[in-house]
Amino acid sequence: MNFEFTEEQLMIQQAARDYAQRELIQDVLERDEKAEFPARHVKNLAELGFLGMMVPPEYDGGGMDTVSYVLAMEEIAKVDASMAVIMSVNNSLVCYGLTKYASEEQKQKYLKPLARGEVIGAFLLSEPEAGSDATHQYTSAEDKGDYYLLNGTKNWITNGNSASTYIVMAQTHPEKKSRGINAFIVEKNSPGITIGPHEDKMGMRSSDTHSIMFTDVKVPKENRIGEDGFGFKFAMMVLEAGRIGIASQALGIASGAFDRAVAYSKERKAFGTEIINHQSLAFKLSDMAVKIENARNLCLKAAWLKDHHQPITVASAMAKQYAADVAMEITTEAVQIHGGYGYVKEYHVERLMREAKLTQIYEGTSEIQKIIISRSLMK
Amino acid sequence: MKILVLISNVPDTTTKIRFTGDNKAFDTSGVQWIINPWDELALTRALELKEAGGVEKITIANVGTNATEPTLRKALAVGADDAIRIDAEAKDAFFVASQLAQVAKDYDLILAGIESSDYNGAGVGGMLAAMLDIHSVSAVSGVSLENGELKVQRDIDGGNQSLSVPTPLLAVVQKGIAKDPRIPAMRGIMMARSKPLNVVPPADVEARTEFLGYELPEPKAACKMVDEDNAKELIRLLHEEAKVL
Repeated sequence: MNFEFTEEQLMIQQAARDYAQRELIQDVLERDEKAEFPARHVKNLAELGFLGMMVPPEYDGGGMDTVSYVLAMEEIAKVDASMAVIMSVNNSLVCYGLTKYASEEQKQKYLKPLARGEVIGAFLLSEPEAGSDATHQYTSAEDKGDYYLLNGTKNWITNGNSASTYIVMAQTHPEKKSRGINAFIVEKNSPGITIGPHEDKMGMRSSDTHSIMFTDVKVPKENRIGEDGFGFKFAMMVLEAGRIGIASQALGIASGAFDRAVAYSKERKAFGTEIINHQSLAFKLSDMAVKIENARNLCLKAAWLKDHHQPITVASAMAKQYAADVAMEITTEAVQIHGGYGYVKEYHVERLMREAKLTQIYEGTSEIQKIIISRSLMK
Repeated sequence: MKILVLISNVPDTTTKIRFTGDNKAFDTSGVQWIINPWDELALTRALELKEAGGVEKITIANVGTNATEPTLRKALAVGADDAIRIDAEAKDAFFVASQLAQVAKDYDLILAGIESSDYNGAGVGGMLAAMLDIHSVSAVSGVSLENGELKVQRDIDGGNQSLSVPTPLLAVVQKGIAKDPRIPAMRGIMMARSKPLNVVPPADVEARTEFLGYELPEPKAACKMVDEDNAKELIRLLHEEAKVL
């Protein structure tokens, strides 16, 4: 057992903290208000290496471990959950999926620019009729000999418009059900792709979410990832690791709101003293601190297991479910502690509360995580 | 051109300052250490000069125990080429300057932050230049290389002074020398591991000052609000309590 971080891990945490506290904080409220994509920050963070952190250096990535990734994600999400989800999708769905399962040619052509952050990627699994039940893919990929023909609609796609590289799951052999699904690398500018309008969301408003329509889109054979029929397994394996990213994002949202609540409790006076001196509030903060520490430990444990090539199915589901629920609870309490001030935008906590909600929904709802965890108990 | 940047390892500027029980030393427990902000700006400017061409190498130097190495490796991660650590507890300005004098000889430009944000002594730069017997300019807010020639700018009362200076030069730099300190990139953090960090034994020098004790300033008194209709009370407070009237 070793709870100590390495010098590099601490340096990455500090670098992420410095960027978030110095740069992201400046326009986060404005971008939330206008639902504006953080193009400048994506570019800056790409230059610093945060968009392809865990990709090996030979494919132009940072070569860092998952523990460093958790530390960086928490710092970014403390200030700006939208930037954190852009980072999470690129790092732990797109880059991770390609690093682990793509062919050498695919890595050279697609992974390298993604790892450098010159372009960003999106992961297209959800459909209007297939969310939690992802086995029923209505998007079809018809085998036409030397190419596949893609038809269908994907929903709730993070980075939908700003991504250049899509990873798309589609059904090739409906009779084989989930074993007939394939995963493809699709270039966004392929003829036949229509991008739906920007979704007007409750939170994470600065990340661009779209539906994407495919009409007779030709995808070269060499863009299929893995063997024929590997797509569903690919998606599940990638999401399993991706959950660590979203869990850390939820952790960051919680700890960002908590830091603000503690600072406010030391400044705000009521009944002749700073409100932190009232036991009802001090105990509330104490409970919040314990929950955040638990969430952090679950995230780091899942990351550690992944770094040591051990199974992460249950650990990442636990981290994601717990951290997301804690994020919702902590941000709600942080608004309560701020009183009326918490309900206005200037104090950030109402935004963090809106953002926390999504962590219980995407990349596997809290209920799906419970299915995964409970199934492991039934074995 | 070779540049040496002096790096002081200081507590984070938001640190809550406490002293040990006998008030004779700064309590370092739980303190997070950073590159002295002025030194960090000096390093940033050195990196800018290197990127513009004409600088072959940037070395950083520090007087400190091995506890200062994370700070030095951060400076390497940001882009310095190598580091020298003189293995001694930094005591006073004379002691630090004397230690640095043994490693600071072969550089064309030495950059020293105007002061360190912990003890604010502001003595090392000038002393080191004297010990090395080289030119020095204080309160420098700009350094540039024009056709191989070194130019420095200084803020002076109501204006700005531009100087053409010979090398070797020690420039004591202040705010304005560079805009924002850099954040290390992932690649730099990885490369920092393999960059040389040379540890040098200290010279036999005695510190010339002794710290007798520290005191914290009085806590700031709470703000008193006076009703806008009660000018008399305001005058009384200014006269009797604040004693400014």
